[in-house]
Amino acid sequence: MKSLIQQLVETPGPSGFEYAIRDVIREAITNVADEIRVDALGSLIARKGIKTDGGMRVMVSAHIDEIGLMVTHIDENGFVRFTNIGGINPLTCYGGRVLFMDGTQGVIGMDAIGPGKMPKLPDLFIDVGATSKDDCPVKVGDVCGFERPFLDLGKRMVAKSMDDRIAAAVAIEALKRLEHTPHEVHFVFSTQEEVGLRGATTAAYGVDPDVGFAVDVTRSGDTPRFSPKMATALGDGPAIKVRDSSFIADPRLVAWMIKAAEEAGIPYQLEVLEAGGTDGRAIQLTRSGVPAGCVSIVCRYIHSPSEMVDSEDVENAVKLLVKLLSEPIILG
Amino acid sequence: MTKKIEMSAGKVPEIGASQIELLEKLCNATAVSGDEHEVRQIVLEAVKLIADEVKVDALGNVLATKFGRGENRVRVMLAAHMDEIGLMVVKKHEDGVFEFERVGGIDERQLPGKSVLVGREHLPGVIGAKPIHMTTADERKNKIDVSAMRIDLGPEIGEKVKPGDRATFATRFELLGPSIRAKALDDRFGVATLIELLKHAPDQIDLLAAFTVQEEVGLRGARVAAYALDPNMAIAVDATPAYDLPPWDDEDENDRYNTRLDAGPAIYVMDFGTIPDRRLVNWLVETATQAVIPYQLRQPGGGGTDAGAIHKVRSGIPSVSVSVPVRYAHTAASIARLDDWANTLRLLHTALGRVTPDLLAGERRG
Repeated sequence: MKSLIQQLVETPGPSGFEYAIRDVIREAITNVADEIRVDALGSLIARKGIKTDGGMRVMVSAHIDEIGLMVTHIDENGFVRFTNIGGINPLTCYGGRVLFMDGTQGVIGMDAIGPGKMPKLPDLFIDVGATSKDDCPVKVGDVCGFERPFLDLGKRMVAKSMDDRIAAAVAIEALKRLEHTPHEVHFVFSTQEEVGLRGATTAAYGVDPDVGFAVDVTRSGDTPRFSPKMATALGDGPAIKVRDSSFIADPRLVAWMIKAAEEAGIPYQLEVLEAGGTDGRAIQLTRSGVPAGCVSIVCRYIHSPSEMVDSEDVENAVKLLVKLLSEPIILG
Repeated sequence: MTKKIEMSAGKVPEIGASQIELLEKLCNATAVSGDEHEVRQIVLEAVKLIADEVKVDALGNVLATKFGRGENRVRVMLAAHMDEIGLMVVKKHEDGVFEFERVGGIDERQLPGKSVLVGREHLPGVIGAKPIHMTTADERKNKIDVSAMRIDLGPEIGEKVKPGDRATFATRFELLGPSIRAKALDDRFGVATLIELLKHAPDQIDLLAAFTVQEEVGLRGARVAAYALDPNMAIAVDATPAYDLPPWDDEDENDRYNTRLDAGPAIYVMDFGTIPDRRLVNWLVETATQAVIPYQLRQPGGGGTDAGAIHKVRSGIPSVSVSVPVRYAHTAASIARLDDWANTLRLLHTALGRVTPDLLAGERRG
């Protein structure tokens, strides 16, 4: 699974530009899905199984976009100004390296803003090694992501886009291991989550599910002097979301997910995320409304170029998802 | 080398006296979000004889359809919003003086001392400002809060005004050589453009024109219009700020201009609400290049258009936006160029004439 994870996290795919990562995922699941399609916003939708008695149409959504940058201006000396795609923290930009969709590479530099001051995005620029506007290989509207190789620390793994490629890996692995299901499961590899859950919004409308799960990363509360307090920690198992700032998980689903985890002896933790949202909201609010929940993988340093997850959490998230999709869903 | 596109004579829309006259009428009308009546009446009058189907939906959008001929017609939605930013009267005081609130994005520093027109009768008033004689140096450094401002219409006229009435800036449309000075060019430019495109609709597509309401308060009309029209693709036609003046200190390059006047229609690559389908961006750029129509890419960043609502409707609608660049948008008076408008119309008309099902064949690739 680690080689799949490495391939997923090292493929660039900022929001709106998910074509390369979509091809990687299609390749990985082409022999295990019953049907694969792509919707108008570029989400990859893979069906497994057909709805039977006691089964439901289930949507599982993991987003395949990542935060990135888009070029706004090339100055006369060939320096490239940019804006954010999704939630970029200027603090983690300076000195970083970027990879454009056409393979062009660059580094992020900063204006002299004075000592002790925090940079804002307009204070930063990309240097692609050009000497003037004329020999600059990028143009306004071009898109890049952060470039950082996958780092395998054994128990822990680090990469630039664990958010949310680790969930894509979990969904792919669950799709592969799912042998018998009473459900018609639609694995949605959704686009444009980081800019407002856009891909999941149109995918949920198209799938028209009876119930839905997002799979995403969540923050960890186990680093030094962490504030605000959060009860999640790396290695304590997949997190069953109770709520985040975008939606409140259906309490019947939460109770059923907890019961399923305990039955299967899978470690889990409960998640209350005060700032952050997931595709769960888009699923819950589609059409006439859908019961929705979320399985989270706890992650340190989210939206930095070095996001860290725990390998056992990832494995247990796969087990939990397979367990959830293998039996009738009881909304008590 | 670029190849010039042949276009059949007489079918190309142009900006002449009657188009300018219609734009003037549209700009001078009052249509603050939620009360678009006056502009809607002008639009209905203009489209009733040229569209095959016209209806007004529950939110007040005008949906005008011009059907093409032949098989496999792509259903193309064009959206332009009828509403404008403005003010709403909220509370009456003595002597025809009123408290008010803003509707849509208005910088409160733009308000004191401006003449306004209140209600459907366009009653003249002014947002009063303290005369310089009475202010202190400290007061002149601070901005004035909207809650401290009043619209003054005097006792007699004020009798006709009630809470909920809308108000706009009193600026009248004027041609200044190659330029236009007016209020509400955002988005009467789009409205006037859609009317011309309906008149000159290419016949290989179905043209679904949505004159939308409540864009300035959250793209509300476009959302339900797109649901009803259920198009294959959509283009929002709007106006966008040009902040193309040189930096005051002359030291740095202006790298945050959004768009520039005289550089042609602004094609969007990303704004706050939409990451346009690059197939549509490329289609517009290629059309402009081959037909030798000037264009610019709007700098990606904030702001938004009806496309932000449209592209998320149902199972998703490939969308893009094109705007006429406008200096001083969302203030009492904007400046724009007639040529930029004419080239926006030319670009859209030429591009629509090239739409085939192949444009949307295959998957979105960014």
